Amino acid sequence: MREFINQVVFGWYPYLCLTVFLVVSWLRFDREQYTWRSGSSQLLRRRQLMWGSNLFHIGILVIFLGHFVGLLTPIRVFDALGISHGAKQWMAIILGGVAGIMCLIGMTLLVHRRLFDRRIRKTSSFGDIAVLLLLYAQLLLGLATIPVSLGHLDGHEMVKFMTWAQGILTLQPSVSALILDTHPIFKAHLFLGMTIFLVFPFTRLVHVWSAPIWYLGRRGYQVVRSTRPKGTGRPRPSTVPAE
Amino acid sequence: MSHFLDRLTFFKRAVDDFSSGHGIVTREDRGWEESYRQRWQHDKIVRSTHGANCTGSCSWKIYVKSGIVTWETQQTDYPRTRPELPNHEPRGCSRGASYSWYLYSGNRVKYPLVRSRLLKLWREARALRTPVAAWASIVEDPKKRAAYTSKRGHGGFVRATWDEVTEIIAAANAYTVKRHGPDRVIGFSPIPAMSMVSYAAGSRYLSLLGGVCMSFYDWYCDLPPSSPQTWGEQTDVPESADWYNSGFLILWGSNVPQTRTPDAHFYTEARYRGAKSVVICPDYSEASKFADLWISVKQGTDSALAMAMGHVILREFYLDRQAEYFENYVRQYTDMPMLVRLEKQDGRMVPGRLLRASDFLGNLGESNNPEWKTVGFDEVSESVVVPAGSVGFRWGEKGKWNLEERDSDGRDTSLKLTLARSNDAFADVAFPYFGNREHDHFAGTDHPSVLTRKVPVKKLALADGEALVATVFDLFVANYGLDRGFGGEHVAKSYDENVPYTPAWAEKITGVPRDQIIIVAREFALNAEKTKGRSMVIIGAAMNHWYHSDMNYRGVINMLVMCGCVGQSGGGWSHYVGQEKLRPQSGWLPLAFALDWNRPPRQMNSTSFFYAHTDQWRYETLGVEEIISPTAPAGPWDGALIDYNVRAERMGWLPSAPQLKQNPLVVAKNAAAMGMEAKDYVAKALKSGELQMSCENPDHPDNWPRNMFVWRSNLLGSSGKGHEYFLKHLLGTSHGVQGKDLGETGRKKPKEVAWQDDAPQGKLDLLVTLDFRMSTTCVYSDIVLPTATWYEKNDLNTSDMHPFIHPLTAAVDPLWECKSDWDIYKAIAKKFSQIAPEVLGVENDVVLTPILHDTPAEIAQAMDVKEWKKGEVEPIPGKTMPAVTVVERDYPNLYKRFTALGPLMAKLGNGGKGMAWNTEHEVDLLKRLNGAVTEEGPTKGLARIESDIDATEVILALAPETNGEVAVKAWKSLEGFTGREHRHLAIPKEDEKIRFRDVVAQPRKIISSPIWSGLESEKVCYNAGYTNVHELIPWRTLSGRQQLYQDHLWMRAFGEALCVYRPPVDLKTIKPVIDSKPNGEKQIVLNFITPHQKWGIHSTYTDNLLMLTLSRGGPIVWISETDARKADIVDNDWIEAYNTNGALVARAVVSQRVKEGMCMMYHAQEKIVNVPGSEITGQRGGIHNSVTRAVVKPTHMIGGYAQQSYGFNYYGTIGTNRDEFVIVRKMVKVDWLDKPNADQPEPLTVAPKLEAAE
Repeated sequence: MREFINQVVFGWYPYLCLTVFLVVSWLRFDREQYTWRSGSSQLLRRRQLMWGSNLFHIGILVIFLGHFVGLLTPIRVFDALGISHGAKQWMAIILGGVAGIMCLIGMTLLVHRRLFDRRIRKTSSFGDIAVLLLLYAQLLLGLATIPVSLGHLDGHEMVKFMTWAQGILTLQPSVSALILDTHPIFKAHLFLGMTIFLVFPFTRLVHVWSAPIWYLGRRGYQVVRSTRPKGTGRPRPSTVPAE
Repeated sequence: MSHFLDRLTFFKRAVDDFSSGHGIVTREDRGWEESYRQRWQHDKIVRSTHGANCTGSCSWKIYVKSGIVTWETQQTDYPRTRPELPNHEPRGCSRGASYSWYLYSGNRVKYPLVRSRLLKLWREARALRTPVAAWASIVEDPKKRAAYTSKRGHGGFVRATWDEVTEIIAAANAYTVKRHGPDRVIGFSPIPAMSMVSYAAGSRYLSLLGGVCMSFYDWYCDLPPSSPQTWGEQTDVPESADWYNSGFLILWGSNVPQTRTPDAHFYTEARYRGAKSVVICPDYSEASKFADLWISVKQGTDSALAMAMGHVILREFYLDRQAEYFENYVRQYTDMPMLVRLEKQDGRMVPGRLLRASDFLGNLGESNNPEWKTVGFDEVSESVVVPAGSVGFRWGEKGKWNLEERDSDGRDTSLKLTLARSNDAFADVAFPYFGNREHDHFAGTDHPSVLTRKVPVKKLALADGEALVATVFDLFVANYGLDRGFGGEHVAKSYDENVPYTPAWAEKITGVPRDQIIIVAREFALNAEKTKGRSMVIIGAAMNHWYHSDMNYRGVINMLVMCGCVGQSGGGWSHYVGQEKLRPQSGWLPLAFALDWNRPPRQMNSTSFFYAHTDQWRYETLGVEEIISPTAPAGPWDGALIDYNVRAERMGWLPSAPQLKQNPLVVAKNAAAMGMEAKDYVAKALKSGELQMSCENPDHPDNWPRNMFVWRSNLLGSSGKGHEYFLKHLLGTSHGVQGKDLGETGRKKPKEVAWQDDAPQGKLDLLVTLDFRMSTTCVYSDIVLPTATWYEKNDLNTSDMHPFIHPLTAAVDPLWECKSDWDIYKAIAKKFSQIAPEVLGVENDVVLTPILHDTPAEIAQAMDVKEWKKGEVEPIPGKTMPAVTVVERDYPNLYKRFTALGPLMAKLGNGGKGMAWNTEHEVDLLKRLNGAVTEEGPTKGLARIESDIDATEVILALAPETNGEVAVKAWKSLEGFTGREHRHLAIPKEDEKIRFRDVVAQPRKIISSPIWSGLESEKVCYNAGYTNVHELIPWRTLSGRQQLYQDHLWMRAFGEALCVYRPPVDLKTIKPVIDSKPNGEKQIVLNFITPHQKWGIHSTYTDNLLMLTLSRGGPIVWISETDARKADIVDNDWIEAYNTNGALVARAVVSQRVKEGMCMMYHAQEKIVNVPGSEITGQRGGIHNSVTRAVVKPTHMIGGYAQQSYGFNYYGTIGTNRDEFVIVRKMVKVDWLDKPNADQPEPLTVAPKLEAAE
C-alpha cells in the first residue's frame, strides 16, 4: 500500500501537475489575455510592498534557479566539473538558506500586508491569498529541510532527488521508488511543490511566464507593428517636393 | 490564430528597421487593439438631455451598446446662428457627461419600496378589508399610524409589487378625498421645463382628483418678486447668445463659468469681441477671473452698491447733463412721468399712491376702469392727461392698450418727467431710511430713520379737494439723495459727502472703494448711451436669496431702466436661476392641469404652505416692527408675519391649501341642499363663521395636509428650507430642531392664527416619492417608486438660455422595474378608478382660487386694503375674497379622463397671459395624430393621450411656440388689446409645425409668440422686453410701463415704494444656543451662504461617484483663512455649523477666495453620502437647510392689484435663506453612527396576501 501511494504521489501526480501547468497556461494565454497579469496592488498601497516584494522576488528567483539547476543538471556534469556531492549539498544549504531567509522576510511582510491591510484585504481574491499562503508554506517547508540535510552532508539524499526529477522528466514514473524512504519533510516539500505547479495557471503566478526579460535584448527604441507582410506596403511618400 | 504560437515566432517578428536601427518594424499580432476599438463602438446613438434644473438644456448623444447605455457626448448639430454670431454649440459640462453612471449605480431605485412597518400593517388590514377601509383602519388608529410615521428616515424599506403599491396609494388618496377633501392631497414637483410630460403626469392626476399642485419657483427663491412688481412678468431674460451683443457686462452675484457652464463660451466670446466686464461678488469666484474689475462687495449689501451707482448715473446723465436717449426711453417706457399723490403725515408729506383718472371730477372723461388709469402732465397741452396703456385700458375696452405716446383720446403727448421748472411749490417729503438699524454683523450709518427732502410739486384740484402731486421721477431722484438746488437736508452735491446714497456712503456699508463705484456706474451708463442700451447685468441667486432681495434687484433694475437697457439687444436684466422658461407653456398648461376637463386647477404657493404646515411660523423670530417703515401710513401693522399671510389668503391675494376646514365635497353638498350657488353659500358661511379657512388654524388635524407626492424633486435634501422643522412637524420623525417655539419662550403669539400648545408632529399620513436614485427625500418617504432616468423616457425640455426645444428620448427601456413618471401616474390613476367607487362617485368640489394676474379680475382692489373679516367690506368672491367655483369630479372615470384630451379645449379654447384663441383645429389635428378613443364611455371620440409621446404632441400642437398657426392666432388675439398690427412676427412661420420626431432629429428653434416678450428671429437674439419696446406692447403692470414706483398700501407701509437699502434681517438664531452644548473648541459666528455647486447641480450628481471623486467626496463648507485661524480650524477638519434651527457637519475647506465673516456651503449636498453624526443633535449630519428657516415677507403676499396679483410661480412669498448666521466649530468626536441602534425597526415577517373578504 505504501509503495502504491508513493507511486501515485511521486510517479503519476507529477504528470498531472505538469500537464495542467502547461496545457492550462497555454489555454489561458490564448483565451483570457486580460487575466494574464501579476495583479499588483502597488497602486493601492506602497507600504510594505517595496521591501516585501523585492526581498521576496530576489529570494525566490535565486531559490528557483537553484532548484532548477540543482535538480535538473545531470549528475555527470557536476562530476565532470569536479564538484563533489558533499560540496553541492553545502552549496545548496548555504545559497538556499540565505535566499530562503530573504524570501522569508519578504514574504512575511507580504502576508502581513495582504491579510491585515484592510484595503488590500478587501481587494484580494481567494486565489491571491491562497497562492501567497501556499508559497509561504512551501518556503517554510523548504527551510525546514535544512536541518535534515545537515544530517547527511555527503549529498546522497540530494542525488536521489536529482535522479527522481530527471527520471520524471524523462518519462520514467517508476523512479518514484527511489524516494520511498526519504525523510517525510522532503516528501511534503515535493508534494507541495508539485501542487504549486498544479494551481499555477489558475492564479496570478502566470505572470512568471511573461517576465519581461525580452527587453534586455531588444533592438530599436521605437517599435512599429506592421499589418502588412514584408515588402507589400505602399511606397513611402517622397520627402522631395514634386517639380 | 494563437497568441501563444505567435510568441514562438520571436526571431521572425522584426521585418524591417528604420532610423539606423533605432526603430524596428515588427509583424506581430495586433488583435489586442480590437478591444480598444470596441470600447468606442456602439449599436446606436440616441438624443436626450438632462432634467437637472441647471438651465443648460444641452442636447446629448447617448451611446448604447448591447442594450447598455455606455457613455454620452455633447451633440454638435445645433442649427447654425446667423453670421457674426458665435454658434450655440458647444453645450455640455462634466456633470452632464457623468450622468450615465446613475443608470447602473448602487444608488438606483430599482423596485417599488415600502416602509416595512407600513406594509405589514397594510397586508394585515387588507387581508380582511376592502382597500379604502384597510387604509382607514391604519390611519385612524393613532398607534398604528405612529408605528410607521415616527420611523421615517430610519431605513426599513422592503420591496413590493407595482400592483400592491398603487393600491396603497390609491386607497390613501380615495380615503383622504372622502374623509378630509381632495385639497389634502398635495403634490410637489418643480420646474416643468426640465421634463414637462413627467411633470404633467403627476399634476394631471392631481388636477383630475382635485389635489393641490405646489409652486416651486418662489419656494426655491429663484423668483425675484421685483420682476412681477416692475414688469408684470414672472421672469423673462435674454438668451445667453445675447451676451455677445453686449458692450458692458456686469456679473452681479452670478458665477457664469461654474453654474452656466455650457453658456460661458458666449461670455468669453463677448470679451474677445471687446466687451468690458465687471464681476461683483464677495468671494473670488470662477467668474472673477473673467473680469476687468472684480468688486468684492460685503455680502448682503448689494442694494447699497446699486443705489450708489444709480446716484452717479442720475447725477451725470440726468442732472448735470440730460442724455437724450435716456430721457426719451424713461418717458415712454417707464412710470417716471406718472403723478403720485402726496399725503400728509406728522407735519410732512409722504408719497402716496399713483394718481388715477378717478381722482378727478368727471374721471377725466374715462368711463371704463378710471380707478386703474394712471395720469401724467403733458408738455404739449400743459394739462393732465390719461396716457394709454395702463391696466385700465387692458380690460373692458379694446385697442388702447399700447405704448404709443398718445392719450386716451388719441392725441399725441409728450409727458413731463419733472416739475423742477414748472411747479407750485417744493414740499418736504419723507423717505424711510433703514441703514441705521443695528446688526451685529452689518455696518450701518447714523442717519435718521426718516430723511426729509425737497420735491417739486403741483397743486391739483381733485374730486376730494386740493392735493399735492409729484412725478415719480422727482420722487425717484430725491430718494437717491441728489442735490438739485432745491435746498433742504440729506442731499449731496458731491460723491464724497456721507449722505444716503452717495458713493462715499456706500463705501461704509459695502466696503467697496468709492472710485470703483463711480467708474463702473459712469462707464456702464456711457456705454448704454452710445450703443442705445447695450449694457447688461447678469444677476443670480446669490443676490436673490436675501430677505430683502427685492431691494438688491430693484437697485439693479433701476440702473438698467435709467440707462434704457431693458428690451434692447445686448442689454437688460439677465436673471439666471432655475430653468423656469417653459417655452411651449400655453400648450402644456391644459395637459398639466387637466384644463381640458375642468377649470380652475388647485395651485398653492409653497413658501406659505410649508411655513404654515412645517410649523416654522411657531418659531418666528422676526417681528413686523423690525421691518415696517417709519413712514408707514396708518393701518393695522401689528401681528406676526403669518397673520399677514392669513389676511392675504382671506382677501383673495394668496391661494390656500387646504382651503377650508370643511371638506369641499361636503361644502358643495351643503350649498346644494340649501339651494344656493356655491359662491354665495361660501361667502355667507365664511362671514357667519359656519365655514372657516384652514389657514387660521394650520395645526388642527382637520387642516393638515394628508397625502403628499414628491416627484422630479428632492424636497427634503435640497430645497426644503427649515429641514429640521419638516422632519419634526410635517413628518413627525427624529429631528434636530434646537430652538423653542413662541409658546415655550413666552413670546407674542400671532393674532389671526389659533395657537395650540402641543404642536402636531407628523401631519402627513403618506409620503410618496418618485425617483431614480435613493435621495434624501426617498429615505424619508413611506413609499418610493422607481422611475425612469433621463435616458429611459420620452419628454421635452426647454431653457431660458437658448431658443431650442430638446427631447428626452428612451435610449434604453426603463431598467429593473422602473417606469416613466407618465406610466406611474397612469398606473395610479387606473388603480384609483378601480377602487374609488368604494367611497366616491361623481362629486362636486368647491374650489377656491385667488384673484389671478393676467385675468380681468386682476383689477380687483384699486384704492385701499379692506378686509371682509373685519367687516370693512362685504365678502364678494373674486373681488374681496377668493373666487369660488364648483368643479365636477368623475372619480370612477379618472383614468379615462387622464388618457384623453377632454372636451373643454374645443369648447372653451386655449390662451395665456390674458389672451385667448380658438383651438378646435388643433384638437382635430390631435385626434388624427394620436388617434381617437374607440372604447365606449365618457371619452369616446376624444383624442388619445396614451403614451408619453402622445402627451408631447398635445403640448407641441397646442403651443404657439411650436405651432405657427397657433402663433398667428395668438398674435391676432393680442392685436385686439393693443390696436396695433403684430401678426407679421409669425406669418412667415404659419405653416410650421414642430412635432416630437422633428426635435428628435435635430434641435428646432421656437416660433415667436406673444406669450413671451422677446423675439426669435434672423435679426435679433431673444431678449426680454424686446416686444414691449419695439412693438409698443405694454408691460402687464398698473401703469402699463416699467413700474419703478410701487404704490400698493403694503409696499408703502413696508417702505418699499421706491428702492432703498435695507440691511439683512436679524434672525436671532445664535444667542439662544451658542453656549448650550460646548465641546471645548473655539467657536466663530459666520454668515451662512449657500451657492450653487461646482460638482453637482442642486442635489443631482452630489452622490455621483465621478463627481465625488473630483471633489472631496462628501459635504464641505468653505471658510476664509482668517476665520479658520480664529477658530483653530485647519483645512479638511470636520466641523459643525449650528444655530437654533439645527446643525450640520462637513469638512472645512480653508481658502483665500472666501471673504472674512461668511462661510459657503454648496447647497444640496446630500445627507446620504459620507455624512457623520452631529455632536449637537445626535442625528446624522444634517443638510445645508438644517440651519435655515423660511421667513415670509408681507409685501410678497399682496394681491388683487394689477401686476401684484397672484399667479402660480409668478408672485408670492419666497423662501429666502441668506440672512442666516451659524456658529462654526471644530468637531471633537466624529461618530459615523454605524453601530446598530436598539431602535431599529423589527424585521418584516411577510404575511401571505389574502384576497379581500367581500
